[in-house]
Amino acid sequence: MSRLKISTPNKAQLTVERLYKDLERHIIASPPGLCPIDLQLSFLKTCHAQTCGKCIPCRVGLAQLANLMEDVLENRATLKTLEMIEVTANNITDSADCAIGYEAAHMVLAGLDGFREDYLYHIEHGKCSYAITQPVPCVALCPAGVDIPGYIALVGEERYADAVRLIRKDNPFPTACALICEHPCEARCRRNMIDSSVNIRGLKRMAVDQARANTVPVPEKAPATGKKIAIVGGGPGGLSAAYYLELMGHHAVVFEAKNKLGGMLRYGIPNYRFPRERLEEDIEAILSTGVEVHTGVKVGNNEDDISLEKLREDYDAVYIAIGAHTDKKIGIEGEESKGVMSAVEMLRNIGDETPPDFTGKRVVVVGGGNVAMDCTRSAIRLGAKSVGIAYRRRQDDMTALPEEVEGAIAEGAELYSLKAPHKIEADENGNVTAIWVEPQIIGPIDAWGRARPVKADVELLRIPCDIVIVAIGQGIESRHFEDSGMPVKRGTLDAESESGFRDIPGVFAGGDCVTGPATVIRAIAAGKVAAANIDEYLGYHHVISCDVEIPQVKYDNKTPCGRINLSEREANIRKHDFDAIECSMTKQEAAQEANRCLRCDHFGYGNLKGGRAAIW
Amino acid sequence: MVNLTIDGRCVSVPEGTTIMKAAASVGIMIPHLCFLEEINEIGACKVCVVEMQGKIKLITACNNPVEEGMVLYTNSPKVRSVRRTNVELILSQHDCSCATCVRSGNCNLQKIANDLGIIDIPFKKEVPSAPWNQDFPFIKDAGKCIKCMRCVQVCDKIQDLHIWDVQNTGSRTTVDVAMNRCIEDSDCSTCGQCVTHCPTGALRERNDVPEVFKVLADPDKITVVQVAPAVRSAWAEDMNMPEEMATEGRMIAALKQVGFDYVFDTNFSADLTIMEEGYELLKRMDNIKETGLPMFTSCCPAWVKFMKSQYPKYADRLSSAKSPQQMFGAISKTYFAEKIGVTPDKICCISIMPCIAKKGEAALPGMDVTGTGPDVDIVLTTREMVRLLKAEHILPELLLEEKFDSPLGEGTGAAVIFGTTGGVMEAALRTAAAVLEGANSNPEKFNDVRGNEGRREVTYHVNGIPIRTCTVSGLKNARMMMDDIINGKVIYDFVEVMACPGGCVGGGGQPIKDGVEMATERAPKLYELDKRRNVRFSHENPEIKKLYADFLGEPLSEKSHELLHVHEEHLV
Repeated sequence: MSRLKISTPNKAQLTVERLYKDLERHIIASPPGLCPIDLQLSFLKTCHAQTCGKCIPCRVGLAQLANLMEDVLENRATLKTLEMIEVTANNITDSADCAIGYEAAHMVLAGLDGFREDYLYHIEHGKCSYAITQPVPCVALCPAGVDIPGYIALVGEERYADAVRLIRKDNPFPTACALICEHPCEARCRRNMIDSSVNIRGLKRMAVDQARANTVPVPEKAPATGKKIAIVGGGPGGLSAAYYLELMGHHAVVFEAKNKLGGMLRYGIPNYRFPRERLEEDIEAILSTGVEVHTGVKVGNNEDDISLEKLREDYDAVYIAIGAHTDKKIGIEGEESKGVMSAVEMLRNIGDETPPDFTGKRVVVVGGGNVAMDCTRSAIRLGAKSVGIAYRRRQDDMTALPEEVEGAIAEGAELYSLKAPHKIEADENGNVTAIWVEPQIIGPIDAWGRARPVKADVELLRIPCDIVIVAIGQGIESRHFEDSGMPVKRGTLDAESESGFRDIPGVFAGGDCVTGPATVIRAIAAGKVAAANIDEYLGYHHVISCDVEIPQVKYDNKTPCGRINLSEREANIRKHDFDAIECSMTKQEAAQEANRCLRCDHFGYGNLKGGRAAIW
Repeated sequence: MVNLTIDGRCVSVPEGTTIMKAAASVGIMIPHLCFLEEINEIGACKVCVVEMQGKIKLITACNNPVEEGMVLYTNSPKVRSVRRTNVELILSQHDCSCATCVRSGNCNLQKIANDLGIIDIPFKKEVPSAPWNQDFPFIKDAGKCIKCMRCVQVCDKIQDLHIWDVQNTGSRTTVDVAMNRCIEDSDCSTCGQCVTHCPTGALRERNDVPEVFKVLADPDKITVVQVAPAVRSAWAEDMNMPEEMATEGRMIAALKQVGFDYVFDTNFSADLTIMEEGYELLKRMDNIKETGLPMFTSCCPAWVKFMKSQYPKYADRLSSAKSPQQMFGAISKTYFAEKIGVTPDKICCISIMPCIAKKGEAALPGMDVTGTGPDVDIVLTTREMVRLLKAEHILPELLLEEKFDSPLGEGTGAAVIFGTTGGVMEAALRTAAAVLEGANSNPEKFNDVRGNEGRREVTYHVNGIPIRTCTVSGLKNARMMMDDIINGKVIYDFVEVMACPGGCVGGGGQPIKDGVEMATERAPKLYELDKRRNVRFSHENPEIKKLYADFLGEPLSEKSHELLHVHEEHLV
């Protein structure tokens, strides 16, 4: 008998490991709208299967919790049952030996608090208050509700122009979204259950690369209604509303404060991510509907401005989509020094084609979001000698997309994680010489699951630099609107979900100026909602539709197959110019990727509840 | 054309054809359960699965189109195994009490299980249950629901009322009244189209046959039965009787055999309805022309319920005339009771209707003209009548034909076509034209209002007055018509609406033939009866003339208003 043995996993263990991965992917692909109690019960059962069985609260308590929850689901529960669940779960939390028990009970308590209303609904009505409303997960999660399975099938058949037309039914910025959308659609793609999500954005990119938006004619407009709508802000939200209103036969007049249209697409997102000529393709198509544009005109109180009151007088309706373009300060010593600039200012100058010259300069960017990465990578391209990113938390905690952070690092940026900005040091002329940062250790996790940084017991750190770029968020220029009587809440315009305002007929608002800084697709969706509701407000019910026929499903075996990611130009080459980083798919790649789509519009709940909204 | 092979046979069909249809074109009938053409093509039951050569997963034949060159097997070992298991799984959650089920012998699930030779279910039996108001005109039995979603789809796509929906998620997913309402609090019109499209006994009419046996056993009660026009077009379908034997005369004979004291005809009161409603139309014509809003027929209780719940503002445009069923009830308990010298409480009025909504109509407030109880005491559907006859072991084909009793048994050709879409309109126009022009026109003059389309518009010039008519069946069509009127897109003078597609011949109380819409086969039978009647104008019905002469006076008289019209407080 040997004293020790080398353990190697057996087949059963290996299989269980694989099943864990399968389950993870299944959870990722959980469709929205499921009964949260039913889900929680299944989680609880998984947790219970993990118990070693030694301690009573975990071995028996979790089972009894499951029974009580089963009572709720089977319409056998009363309010007493809820109390019982709470008391039992608390007692398990307080007495289980190890995390298997107390964390399982903790999850039950979280649910009891988080969806208590559904618990009560079950007890009162014997039914669940949740329902699957949009059966296709990608469409459900796209704020604009774009017909994703439809255009993927079209790309699969190389019908690129049709794909662009179909996308435009719900989103007049196919190119922008093909290049820079954060693709919430991919998050719960059912393909995750097999291998990983379909590269939806990549396939859209294939469509707009093969059929440029400005070469695909916009649909025919409805007969003119004679109504005029003022759109304040020529960003993605304002232009989306303008586009649909024109299609409906109204006349949209856009007032843009800056010199050019595009909003954050031009003044926030650098060329290497979204080349300007590609932006022009979308804008050209939108303007081809007849949208009237006035650039360099601000809506406000100043002498040269147009006031909201005047717009309300002269137009049948007003849509406010001014975005979030003001900067936020850190509030540390030395922030007023020469060489400190805001991200908004820097990106605006780049957008207006008057970029700052950073040749030979040492730059530090403060922040961890996508804008901070845009500044970092732009600074590298503007000739900086070195670029650092100072961030209070860890790299994993950054709100920027991981690929943006990795891209910046690959291009040579130095990441100073767990370094909170403390003060900015300047020479006698007021020029920045360094930024002092306060090292942090990562600490307790807050209610939203984010770890909070805590001051470390070490010396301050001095990072020598010439330029500091502050990229810690944007605000909204809401003052004029507040003065004009519009409701403003925590700096954002307080519009309803239908984009209108109670008691202020004819004025609508949406996008970043209502939600705070968000994504382009949410601004587009808000523009779409506003167009529909303005149309109704004006007494019409125009329908937006698309006559593109969707290819019939294919019966190919859905065997596991890797996801095709878009390739990028090499870091060492791309960092010297502002040209596009990302490359399109090949036709071979696009055909394979399109075929990975499971066509949830046809298979599953889609063909009961209608896989697509053909009109809106 | 797309070429493919199914079970070794070469098939050539147009592009877009489903696999199921392609197979049927060469005589291969793929079994299916949830499928309902154009209404429910969701591939939920997975009974119609087929195997495609080279593919791992089976494909549902009902909702997937053919592909060029595909090679399909409808009975491969894999298909056999899957189809059987899926039926066994359905049965594991189905209350298989076939012996006591109204759909026994006419149940798709039963047939498939029998055909597959399933005599045992290998899974644990878990039959769900859910409470239901047993007094409602129709009953849902959760234990028999197989979640095929047909009821959801029929109510969404044909009736546009969205009464049913999927409820809960995950393993507890079921079908229930949408938005978590109780059926009685919903806007359900009780048209019964969900019932006639249910593949099992999960939806059925409330069974009122026992009430009939109760009154038949009561020596103090005089039973008076009325039979609606559409019943005679369909009753034989479930009687296993040759078509040509299914005459009105044998239907009468069979009912007499049951033991009813008087067998009368709702056609009689349909003629009466035409008199009242026709005169009402003429009386309201100035107002109609002035407001641009039509008068709507009111003989379909599901439509009336729909109007009151969906367009309450327009409910006063409904004719105030009661439906033939209710006019009959009122006359039977007044005029007829007087005639035979009994008090109204002695009479039990039983109606046989192609309809479930009629059960609710009979119980509406105001439908009690004598104050002794409802004018119509019991409402049976055509299906219940068939069950009654079967329970009484009556074989109509062995009976001699008989005639309806008098004085409420005479019905004209105009009345018998009430049972189909356009019939009320045509009958009303025949009489209205005669009143306006002083002489009868050709009875076929107004037959342009006939047809199978859900909505038909015809304008007639009667005595120089243009009468713009619209005839609608199906509540979705009714909603579109109402929206067009409200949006000023159309102007009509007189509109007939029947809730069920094709009218009462396709009613929710009619015999069920799974997957087949029978209305278009039944309607010609009524037109044939009309053609063969000697009298084809309601105003020439001798019994109706006598009723006015002896009892009511004239159409729209005070007495008529009291007995035959819905009073103002019950109009909206």
